[in-house]
Amino acid sequence: MTDQEALLQATELCKRYQRGGGAFAARGARNTFAAVDRVSLRIAAGETFAIVGESGCGKTTLARMLLRLIEPDSGKIIFAGRELTALSSAELRRARRHLQMVFQDPYASLNPRMRVSQIVAEPLEIHEPALSRAERQERALAMLRRVGLNDEFATRYPHEFSGGQRQRIGIARALILRPRLVVADEPVSALDVSVGAQMLALLRELQQEFGLTYLLISHSLPVVAQVATRIAVMRAGAFVEVGDAEQVLRQPQHAYTKELLAAVPELPQVTA
Amino acid sequence: MPALLDVQHLTVELPTSRGWVRPVHDVSLRIAAGETLGLVGESGSGKTMLSLALMGLLPQGAKIRGEAWLNASASAASKNLVALRENDWRAVRGGEIGMVFQEPMTSLNPVMRVGKQVAEAIRAHDPHASRADLQRRTLKALRRASVPEPETRAEQFPHQLSGGLRQRVMISMALAAGPKLLIADEPTTALDVTVQKQVLALLAELRRAMQLGMLFITHDLGVVAQVADRVAVMYTGRVVEHGPVREVLTRPQHPYTKGLLAASPTLERGKFLPIPGIVPQLTDLPPGCAFAPRCPWRRVECDAAVPELRAVNADHSARCVLVGEAVQAGHEACR
Ligand SMILES: Nc1ncnc2c1ncn2[C@@H]1O[C@H](COP(=O)(O)OP(=O)(O)OP(=O)(O)O)[C@@H](O)[C@H]1O
Ligand SMILES: Nc1ncnc2c1ncn2[C@@H]1O[C@H](COP(=O)(O)OP(=O)(O)O)[C@@H](O)[C@H]1O
Ligand code: SF4
Ligand SMILES: [Mg+2]
Ligand SMILES: [Mg+2]
Repeated sequence: MTDQEALLQATELCKRYQRGGGAFAARGARNTFAAVDRVSLRIAAGETFAIVGESGCGKTTLARMLLRLIEPDSGKIIFAGRELTALSSAELRRARRHLQMVFQDPYASLNPRMRVSQIVAEPLEIHEPALSRAERQERALAMLRRVGLNDEFATRYPHEFSGGQRQRIGIARALILRPRLVVADEPVSALDVSVGAQMLALLRELQQEFGLTYLLISHSLPVVAQVATRIAVMRAGAFVEVGDAEQVLRQPQHAYTKELLAAVPELPQVTA
Repeated sequence: MPALLDVQHLTVELPTSRGWVRPVHDVSLRIAAGETLGLVGESGSGKTMLSLALMGLLPQGAKIRGEAWLNASASAASKNLVALRENDWRAVRGGEIGMVFQEPMTSLNPVMRVGKQVAEAIRAHDPHASRADLQRRTLKALRRASVPEPETRAEQFPHQLSGGLRQRVMISMALAAGPKLLIADEPTTALDVTVQKQVLALLAELRRAMQLGMLFITHDLGVVAQVADRVAVMYTGRVVEHGPVREVLTRPQHPYTKGLLAASPTLERGKFLPIPGIVPQLTDLPPGCAFAPRCPWRRVECDAAVPELRAVNADHSARCVLVGEAVQAGHEACR
């Protein structure tokens, strides 16, 4: 696969919201703002494209639009050669198996009343109905093992797991259909340093193994620096800089990128 | 110099459905006037419980042992916080010890104007202050915390302020009564990095201007490197390493500290190394070193008993059997 072939391409995506939200917010265009403002991007197969920016800059809104979990006001999305923005809801449902999401909050994103093996097997029920129950179960167990959870965990419920383990369950569920693109929205920001590092390492291994393409969303430049191949810096709904990760980190062009880099507290080097 | 705060063998016990746990276990620390001690550790290591113990805000049913001497002024006698009664706490909390928490929105009253909340904090420790005096001191407190346009801000409600401004208001309230010790529990964790930078600069400036002693709690080693003079690293309720911040971060002695440093993402690409395994539950601690199940240097004696804090040098110590050995399993063979 060449660089030129984009797996995901978005053109001029826009989303406006009411300012302030709230029941008393006045209606009308003047009281709306652009949460995402004419964003275009190209993600090549196999890369890790990261979007970094401060809270409220529109990262989550953009990510959800790319999967059409939120409808864009305008703009076009092409995934693997098909225009997502033109698909019917039935076609979209079928296309979704190739586009999966890992969420920020491992506590809120798993159904508390389902056993872990069911949670992980559930997407198979929808997308691979021909599989028997036993086959689904076996695939779920294998995926759970792959993310570091052995079989004894499979019959437990989400509340019995730590944040890092829940995030592993979320990753197993996202990967069970062997998607092509995984969108991870702040996958480590709710986790401790040591657990977050385990998660980044796991995502990196799985990328190699399953040939995944990642869209990684984070407010943290150090997190993004670890795994991204390209970085887009977002502010107030728009990209201010997009480039090769090395380039953005070492030779930032935009003043805002420089400001973000300068605000990262530095760790001294361990010498012994 | 006598310490502003001198904590000796502090232990907090809490009842749980699976028996008593010790979220703070035999912790000893000192903070001098004008000095910042950073307290780092991952979630559940006991940082917040320790700070709550130092403010007399432990949950119902908690037991506390040990000593925590506060020496707030040269004139007054020092007092043992562990032995204080609720009546005495009122003067100490907010008066001699100020506090700032992670989430300013939950610690501010959402339906009270910001200025009034600052005024209340001042009045709590000076009930006879006149209205004019309160107003003057409120504006001064806001100005000291670099709240821009304090007259306007004082009239607003917390939701009208950004996260960074709310944290500045919290800081102005915490310092309103002129405490000598500030306990800050993850004060910048919920903030964006650019705002965090400003708040850290403000705290550094106030500390200098007011000779504040500070207990600064964070899980971010980069932040600790920036704000602290000394650092204590906690793991499952115990201090496992303690020393001057630069020395601990550049020459860590405890395998957990080393692991945390290696796992912390920096702007350098792809250099992080995760620590394997997970933090054990307090109800299910190993018999010896609590880090042993995750430690690459583990050996038989590690599981026999909890290692003592051993001196690396006069100011630096670590709770590990390897401290003081010339060769650390090849890792530090040549120094
Ligand atoms: N009310 C309580 N009853 C029983 N155990 C508790 C209670 N509150 C906290 N704990 C336990 O005490 C330990 C220390 O908790 P603490 O809140 O001090 O951690 P922390 O280091 O501040 O973590 P974080 O980084 O998540 O803020 C944890 O194991 C926690 O589960
Ligand atoms: N459903 C919604 N209605 C109104 N405003 C919203 C909605 N979702 C998000 N916003 C606003 O849009 C902006 C971008 O939000 P978001 O995409 O969640 O940012 P990020 O993920 O970068 O923190 C913020 O100002 C947010 O408050
Ligand atoms: S005491 Fe043993 S197990 Fe614990 S940190 Fe030191 S070497 Fe590792
Ligand atoms: Mg978000
Ligand atoms: Mg805490």
